[in-house]
Amino acid sequence: MNKRTLQLGCLAAAALAFAAPAPAVIKVAYIDPLSGGAASAGINAQKHMAFLIDRVNAAGGLNGEKLELLSFDNKVSPQESLIVLKKALDEGARYVFQGNGSAVAHAITEAVAKHNERNPGKEVLYFNYAAIDPALTNEKCNFWHFRFDADVDMKMQALTNVIARDPKIKRVYLINQDYSFGKAVAAAAQKMLAEKRSDIKVVGDELHPLQKVQDFSPYVAKIKASGADTVITGNWSNDMLLLIKAAKDAGLKVGWYTYYGGALGTPSAIGRDGVGSVIQVSEWHNNVSPELDAVAASFRKRYPDKDDEFSYYRLMTAFDLFAAAAAKARSNDPVKVARALEGLKITTTVGEVEMRADNHQVLQPMYVSVMADNVKYDVEKTGFGFRTIARIDGKDAALPTTCRMQRPG
Amino acid sequence: MLELVTFSLLNGVVYGLLLFMLSSGLTLIWSMMGVLNFAHASMFMLGAYFSYQLGLAIGFWPALVIAPLLVGAVGAAIERYGLRHVHRQGHVGEILFTFGLAYLIAELVIMVWGRNPIENRVPATIDFPAFALFGTRYPFYKVLMMAISVGMFVFLYLAFKRTRVGLVIQAALTHPQMVSALGHDVPRVFVLVFAAGSALAALAGVIGGFALLTEPNMAAALGPIVFVVVVVGGLGSIPGALVASMLIGIIQTFAVALDHSLLDLLRVLGIPLARTSPFYEVCAIKIAQAAPIIPYLLLVLMLILRPKGLMGTRET
Repeated sequence: MNKRTLQLGCLAAAALAFAAPAPAVIKVAYIDPLSGGAASAGINAQKHMAFLIDRVNAAGGLNGEKLELLSFDNKVSPQESLIVLKKALDEGARYVFQGNGSAVAHAITEAVAKHNERNPGKEVLYFNYAAIDPALTNEKCNFWHFRFDADVDMKMQALTNVIARDPKIKRVYLINQDYSFGKAVAAAAQKMLAEKRSDIKVVGDELHPLQKVQDFSPYVAKIKASGADTVITGNWSNDMLLLIKAAKDAGLKVGWYTYYGGALGTPSAIGRDGVGSVIQVSEWHNNVSPELDAVAASFRKRYPDKDDEFSYYRLMTAFDLFAAAAAKARSNDPVKVARALEGLKITTTVGEVEMRADNHQVLQPMYVSVMADNVKYDVEKTGFGFRTIARIDGKDAALPTTCRMQRPG
Repeated sequence: MLELVTFSLLNGVVYGLLLFMLSSGLTLIWSMMGVLNFAHASMFMLGAYFSYQLGLAIGFWPALVIAPLLVGAVGAAIERYGLRHVHRQGHVGEILFTFGLAYLIAELVIMVWGRNPIENRVPATIDFPAFALFGTRYPFYKVLMMAISVGMFVFLYLAFKRTRVGLVIQAALTHPQMVSALGHDVPRVFVLVFAAGSALAALAGVIGGFALLTEPNMAAALGPIVFVVVVVGGLGSIPGALVASMLIGIIQTFAVALDHSLLDLLRVLGIPLARTSPFYEVCAIKIAQAAPIIPYLLLVLMLILRPKGLMGTRET
């Protein structure tokens, strides 16, 4: 054929290619460690994200649009997080999920606020599912950040209420990671113990570098020397695992009041020694109700590996709130969804959940549970699971806030 | 107080001996071949994973022997088929090669065993308390680790001073070109040294694997400190590596027990520092908080003040 026909033919083909509309998707970015020391947490949560997004899409998506997951590895580094956030925004993500590391959360919340200020019409929401430094919903609160996990103070409130009821506890040792979150845990523990049980002596307040210590035996020796009968720690991932391992090696017999003692290898590491002594505060554990939550059961079926247990119940709650807000706003636009989320109340299998309008902190039931060997469902195939010793209702968990939220006009 | 000091000393010695096990091999490799082997800690990691896998099949004690031999063979292969061709590119080429190798090995480990720490539990045959001091149990496997480490030192010392190969290696540690000019088969000695160094690291990994966590990140976590030990101890000196690792192990362990800071020192000297002072934050850092960075401070000081290291026989 001649050149003219060829040109016309190509133009027609191109026009056809562009004529087919791409299906509308809402891009959800997941920014967390997928390599390095905290990877086990990040990868486990990533599996939850994939599972929960499939669940939302199977129910028809949000206002007819499906969700698409984009994952980014930030190696728990704030600098790296900002780089991948930019990448995520360039790829069109409108919703950002992150949780591991309050330092990262601070960086992201500020970057998102700046981006939204400079790009009206292209706003992005930041859904924080695990970074629980109280500052993020107090002095550093902003309209675009929503937190789906109880903050440090709320969790410490629950733990210290249980501690206050136990007359056998007399000497408490605090050991935490040396960054904003760990310091917040230590400060909250000091304050609340003094308020509720002034007879309890805090015999140690240790801060160690984050994800750097390999051998915790010197710290365990220090705990032993202090004569503590109870340890309160916010350590997570490898720091929690190695601390517990060193304690087990030395035969340290204390009660462990932890934020993250029930997940990511810690129960396997401590084994039988943990029964009766490892206590955690969480929004759920698999013995909260007599039957395993249906969603947890189907997650287990999809990911049968013992490294991939269903533990982020709060991520499911986050997606339920997200879907409810999108339905209420009848739109997937972040600004409209954010306005719909404020003050939104839904009911989940554990009870009523509310997203506070004043500081964007979720109020959901909290469970203080102890490791036990005679429970129906175990964790990590160890034969040991958790049993509830206290439950706090969502609305009773609320604490006063210093947030002065600036809302868009 | 006595209890704390005793346990700090014990823990410090054990940690120091673990560091020695790791760094003896690197001292050999770096001193003799001038190769800054970034993949050395990866050999440590492979030792941990291999012994876990072998242990499942044939039990702990055979694995203790076979895993280091396997990793030694891996090391020999790396040198024979990989590094040998890179030597002529100079030290920078060698460093880049081992750097890339470290990443490669980490990814291979992830592919085979997954990202999460594996269930590398202390084998039942050595999982009992060796003794109890002041009411605290001391596990037997840590005593075993000390014994293996000391045994390693004795073996290396005798091998160097008493055998012919040891003589050649000793000479090559300080005068590598002369040794080659005298007609010794230096490439073969290189393979032997690289294999031996890797095997030693793997032996450290067998025990270190269940003393610490066995996970793909373990090489990156322990890698830097091994370099500190070799630099502080001095190139070309196995006793230097022992002294340096003990020094670092004990200092770091004792540092954790010290809750004092510069602020306290200033207060004792009668110089109060206000909270608003720009130096307040830095001076308020407790020694315990800074404990893990002390080895690196030592590294910097050593490089500035005495680049040869404590007992080194030549400059880095």
